[in-house]
Amino acid sequence: MLWSFKKKKHPDFWITYLAHFDKKEKKNLHTSRFVALDSETTGFDIYKDRILSIGAVSIVGNEISVADTFEVYLKQSHFNPETVHIHGILQHGTKKKLSEEEALKQFLIYIKDSVLVAHHAIFDIKMINQSLNRMGLPNLKNKVIDTMELYADTRIKSNFIDKNIRYSLDDIAEAYAINLTDRHTAPGDALIAALIFLKTTTILRKSKYFKLEHYFLKSNRF
Amino acid sequence: MKNTIAERIADFIKNFPPFDQLSKEDVYTISKEVNITYLEKDKNVYLANDAPHDRFYMIHKGAIALKQNINSKLETVDRFDEGDIFGLRPLFANENYTTDAVTEEESILYGIPLSIFKPLISQSREVVDFLIQSFASNTENPFSKEMYGSLYDDDLDAVTHEKELFELQPVRYTKKVITAKKDTKIKHIGQLMRQHRIRSIIIEDANIPIGIITDEDLRNKVITGEHTIEDSADHIMSSPVLCYPKGVSISQAQLTMMKHNISHLCITSDGTPNSKIIGVISQQDITVMRGSSPTVLMKAIKRSKSTKELKHIRKRIMVLLEGFVEQNIPLTQTSKIIFELNDATVKRIIERCILKMGEQPPVSFAWMSLGSQGRKEQLLHTDQDNAIVFENVEAEELEPVRDYFLLLAKKVNKRLNNIGFDFCPADIMAKNPKWCLSLDEWKLQFDHWTSNTGDDEILLSSIFFDFDITYGDAALTNQLSEHIFKITKNNHSFLFKLGASALRSASPLGFFRQFLVEQDGAYKDFFDIKKRAIMPIVDAGRLFALSNQIKNINNTAERFEKMAELYPEDEEFYLSCSYTSKALLKFRTKHGLLHNDDGRFIELAALTKEEKMKLKRCFKTIAKVQELIKLKFNLNNFM
Repeated sequence: MLWSFKKKKHPDFWITYLAHFDKKEKKNLHTSRFVALDSETTGFDIYKDRILSIGAVSIVGNEISVADTFEVYLKQSHFNPETVHIHGILQHGTKKKLSEEEALKQFLIYIKDSVLVAHHAIFDIKMINQSLNRMGLPNLKNKVIDTMELYADTRIKSNFIDKNIRYSLDDIAEAYAINLTDRHTAPGDALIAALIFLKTTTILRKSKYFKLEHYFLKSNRF
Repeated sequence: MKNTIAERIADFIKNFPPFDQLSKEDVYTISKEVNITYLEKDKNVYLANDAPHDRFYMIHKGAIALKQNINSKLETVDRFDEGDIFGLRPLFANENYTTDAVTEEESILYGIPLSIFKPLISQSREVVDFLIQSFASNTENPFSKEMYGSLYDDDLDAVTHEKELFELQPVRYTKKVITAKKDTKIKHIGQLMRQHRIRSIIIEDANIPIGIITDEDLRNKVITGEHTIEDSADHIMSSPVLCYPKGVSISQAQLTMMKHNISHLCITSDGTPNSKIIGVISQQDITVMRGSSPTVLMKAIKRSKSTKELKHIRKRIMVLLEGFVEQNIPLTQTSKIIFELNDATVKRIIERCILKMGEQPPVSFAWMSLGSQGRKEQLLHTDQDNAIVFENVEAEELEPVRDYFLLLAKKVNKRLNNIGFDFCPADIMAKNPKWCLSLDEWKLQFDHWTSNTGDDEILLSSIFFDFDITYGDAALTNQLSEHIFKITKNNHSFLFKLGASALRSASPLGFFRQFLVEQDGAYKDFFDIKKRAIMPIVDAGRLFALSNQIKNINNTAERFEKMAELYPEDEEFYLSCSYTSKALLKFRTKHGLLHNDDGRFIELAALTKEEKMKLKRCFKTIAKVQELIKLKFNLNNFM
């Protein structure tokens, strides 16, 4: 990965992607664009497993725009029959599939410099970074927020609740009575994450101590 | 690119008019352009006089009220539910909004751009019809009301939709009027009234009302011996009869009855006592018209067949509650009625969930309501706190049995949440394996709390010891109560700690006798009536109940009444505590209704001087009761 330092060799789409960060926007809940995403993968090994699909929706202000959603399915070089029952994506299914490189390229065009939002975000971002690295590209530059952390912060601080509990997407969706059709499809889970994002930030922003930056994950965690 | 989310939105909106009349492709085209908005309760989608948005809205989840300023009072003119559309007419007319659209619950809305919708509709006759109907009628979505008709059976049809408008509607009166002549004997009057099960009878002459006899007249003028049953009607009838023309508004009829302290009005053709009788209206008719009498609601709960139905009934219970508070009905009665209705609702949900389980419970169990519901002090929607106790079983049976009840609890908790009892933020719910225990497990748990008592144990005891059985086998809960009294009797260390915790929220007034308000968060500068006033008095009530072994009384006011009975020398003081607990609860209820929330936080600026004085009087009692606790439990050095 030595040559990844030589910026000039990067393809145009990467340079265009980087250019979005030049404006150095201070992110805020009112006007900044957030992208809630989810990826379905062949498994949980970030080195061996591969991304099968990425789904994402954008949030600006208080609104999720269906016209501005993102959905790609990837050609699979690595196939893990054990997880098919979860995501339902077959190796040679009928959905139109892109190469990993083309999918990631479109993804970068879509996300620009938006703040990325995902449930248990570290895993999704690590998977995407691995793909980028395989293409000889560095990691994503975007700020990332984990909806799990947002949710945990809305919970009352009570000794009766295990402080280290990991809330699953299902737990939160149930607590918030969010519809679970499309669970385990990337766009479906992305929409659930987006709704959780809207709901939790509505609660959290009421405190005068609320700072969005506080929830940005440290980049060394990916 | 495939758009799964648009497909799902299409799946939803295609079920509702006018989209049910469009082709699949058109619905999908529209869906691709939808914006999804999330709004908390009591937020505005738009305000009257705002310029029209480029979108109209469909409710995916939640409910919207359209409010209009009528006589400088904001009144709800229409209500919308899941699947309804609103905010369309102003877009077509390109006029500013004429109403405020406010979320009545937290809501998810689909914003549908007019620019996409407009070109598609002209192709469909049905859609055009729908729109013409919609614009011609006063409501923005005539379908929403039609749908109500098909969703509920007839009794329920008088939906409180028109709750606020209700007052201005013309009264519906009884057309079949039972009358008698002035020379009819009083005993025949009584017989007639019994035969027709009526409480009043009009005395007529050639169809002109000349008098009226009511239950009250019989009681006051006949039973007292003033007149005999052989006397004629004209001796006891009241006259002249108050008459109104048909079309008199409900509020006018009600006002007249109140003003003259009567329960019946006569409707005549020209509204004077000199024209023909066409009907009669009673106080009770008005109540029934409201469709929210407790008995009607109780019947509706028991017959309900879906959670959605129950959710609507809950809304009407709130209307009833509002009426009680407005009419200043004593809180003791109010809480009892509301408690019974809430209780019946939970029971109905549990009943239905057991059916859904497909098999009967493996052993007997009891569903316990905790906290305020257990104390019968839950008037507004607050969080649900509940637990399950089931019969002791063999060790190897324990987990399978628990699994059954956990699954049942999960269903019940979810449905309770659906109808408006929010999930408990501290997870004190029966679906939590920690609170779904066998009788012996509960006993052990309680032993533990009362013997190794720290702050958490005190808090848990104060929630769990106020349990009330909502459903199931009372033998189980009785054994639990017995056990609590056994382990707390003479348990001075536990009672001492419970006493200390009752003192923890000190006087709600600051040093300068100003109210202590919240410093941060959504309720900055609000007064937290729950934490600073209700909890101290509730804690005190529980402490006295446990230390005096007062069994089977969970309600705070009743606990103090019992104390007054036990200690006649301090009767006055304990009764003032009882009164205070009721007054505070009423305060909370009133403010909750005002702000459509759980009433916990009170906006001081909105209080009248009189209300502030009243609150401060309550605080005095709280301070006194805290003094007494210090003395009785020897906590003087503690604070």
